[in-house]
Amino acid sequence: MRKTLIENLTQGPLTEPAPAPDEAGLAELAKRVDRLARAKLGRSLSIRQVDAGSCNGCELEIHALNNAFYDLERLGLRFVASPRHADLLMVTGPVTKSMREALKRTYDATPDPKWVIAVGACAADGGIFAGSYAVEGGVKDVIPVDLHIRGCPPSPTELLKGLMALLQAASGPLR
Amino acid sequence: MALLSKFTHRKTHEGHRPWPRADVADEGWQQAIEALAGGQCTLLGLWGDAPQVQMALLDETAGQIVVLSYTCKAGKYPSVAVRHPPALRFERAIHDLYGLQAIGSPDTRTWLDLGFWGVTQPLGKNRPAKKPEPYVFLPVEGDGLHQIAVGPVHAGIIEPGHFRFTANGEHVVRLEQRLGWAHKGIESLMDGATLDEAAKLASRTSGDSTVAYAFAFAQAAEAALQVKPPPRAIYLRALMAELERLANHFGDVGAICNDASFSLMHAQCGILRERTLRAAGASFGHRLMMDAIVPGGVACDITAEGIVQVEALLAEARRVFPRLIELYDYTASLQDRTVTTGIVKPEYARQFGAGGIVGRASGRAFDARRAFAYPPYDKLSFDVPVLDAGDVNARVWIRIREIEQCLSLIEQILGALPTGALTTPLGKGKACEGLSIVEAFRGDVLVWLRLDGKGRVARCHLRDASWFQWPLLETAIEGNIVADFPLCNKSFNCSYSGHDL
Repeated sequence: MRKTLIENLTQGPLTEPAPAPDEAGLAELAKRVDRLARAKLGRSLSIRQVDAGSCNGCELEIHALNNAFYDLERLGLRFVASPRHADLLMVTGPVTKSMREALKRTYDATPDPKWVIAVGACAADGGIFAGSYAVEGGVKDVIPVDLHIRGCPPSPTELLKGLMALLQAASGPLR
Repeated sequence: MALLSKFTHRKTHEGHRPWPRADVADEGWQQAIEALAGGQCTLLGLWGDAPQVQMALLDETAGQIVVLSYTCKAGKYPSVAVRHPPALRFERAIHDLYGLQAIGSPDTRTWLDLGFWGVTQPLGKNRPAKKPEPYVFLPVEGDGLHQIAVGPVHAGIIEPGHFRFTANGEHVVRLEQRLGWAHKGIESLMDGATLDEAAKLASRTSGDSTVAYAFAFAQAAEAALQVKPPPRAIYLRALMAELERLANHFGDVGAICNDASFSLMHAQCGILRERTLRAAGASFGHRLMMDAIVPGGVACDITAEGIVQVEALLAEARRVFPRLIELYDYTASLQDRTVTTGIVKPEYARQFGAGGIVGRASGRAFDARRAFAYPPYDKLSFDVPVLDAGDVNARVWIRIREIEQCLSLIEQILGALPTGALTTPLGKGKACEGLSIVEAFRGDVLVWLRLDGKGRVARCHLRDASWFQWPLLETAIEGNIVADFPLCNKSFNCSYSGHDL
């Protein structure tokens, strides 16, 4: 263990510079983010991830945000265990009919002000699962969505870009 | 002796490949049930195909598979689960999806249908749903018991599922799972899909096993259409499959240790996982290699940069990972959590035909790559590590040993990569059927496919290894403390989406 720890201390971090905020994401956000929320939250955001019936591909890449390369917490973003502690819901999956109620309840349990990011192709409109008897067909059909991060699944870099866009809009100059 | 000859059967279906499928009546069906109950066969799958029910059986010693088809009478068939419990959840799922009823079934509660679809029996009569009856969990009796309900929304970045614990103080007396929350109706979307569309659906059955599903789906289609993919494609498929296994095993070893609050392992294994995904992304243009395997071959060749990165990954993993194994092995506080925790009894692993890590950590030496030696694994040399302890520790060690095997396999594949074409054109063929089994990182994935002769899917069934592993998690947690559940659950790492379909 000692060798590993010493090597980690002397090697320098693996963490890579954060990407520039996603321009398209920024534009979408600017419309929706309320001024008061920006002033109140500052550069700190607690995220609650909700899997509303994804294939688990998106979860893998969301997990990767916590690894040494992306290190989400340095940006003031962290995943929390309860919607009651969250500012932001990160929702994946086409929202299966079975998960609709659970997703709504999670949203209702999240205190205002709050944002919702829909992650992945199926969270946008049901994606490849659209039209099934068991699928609602997109997060926005169930709860209000502030930002879509597309991709199947979006890479950690794309996820980070979307989150940075949200952060900038939340703490940057008011527009 | 051929496996099929053990069962009284009538018509054998000519277009079913590579293993036989035969119609059976009551006599043959009962013989199969007895063979399962007596342990002479292993259940590989049981699925609806109205008006028939299909049952796939494996003879492990002979390495033979057979599919038996029972034509339901007035929507009813004799229950398999009444004699062989591993069939129980399948029978409940068949009823939810098709309305076909297992006569004599010991449990007729719904399974995948949680009452939210708005319809019942979507692949059968497809009628508007009435108000569902309340779901009754199994009774638990005794003094001082309390229940803990968890999910479907969990505290971590995890898939949805519901766990109902009954505990006496800290000790779990019973765990009952309630799954189905991620049910997307994949098999109904498959009906009438083109091969390309269907391959994409199969690839999204369980994202962590996207390569294995695409591999199995492609093999089933190729078996049905009697097409052989080119040698280079076969080797590239195995390379992708091993990269996927490697990434998942790195992630799991770290995540299991993290659930015992040993985050150093998690951080270090996370680095190796990320390097694996990056090498995969550089090689095939997608970090999880989604849609890189297609029926007939592979969608893209490995890039020159990809080969460099995969070779660098091998060197890095061989440098770093032995030290991490040592770290795991010599950290007493970590071993204290994993050793003797969450034991799966070998007899259960055998009875349920539990594949993958769960089976191999409990003495069941089954690996589809070895059992069926599908190409290119017939040309590659590898060990199938097996342990008997069946605890969390054993499941960690199986992963560790398989990581070593993966590194060797990847090296062999890169060294032997043939040149040539990437795909073989697929004809539309006549109406035909194919069955395929591929070893995903968590166990064997079964794909059964019927093509309509016009290039479309008439019926496709996908069976994740999780179907036989989830029930064993219920047995493994018994008598353990509630706080050890995340550890046990992660050591299984069953798929919710792959199970729920």
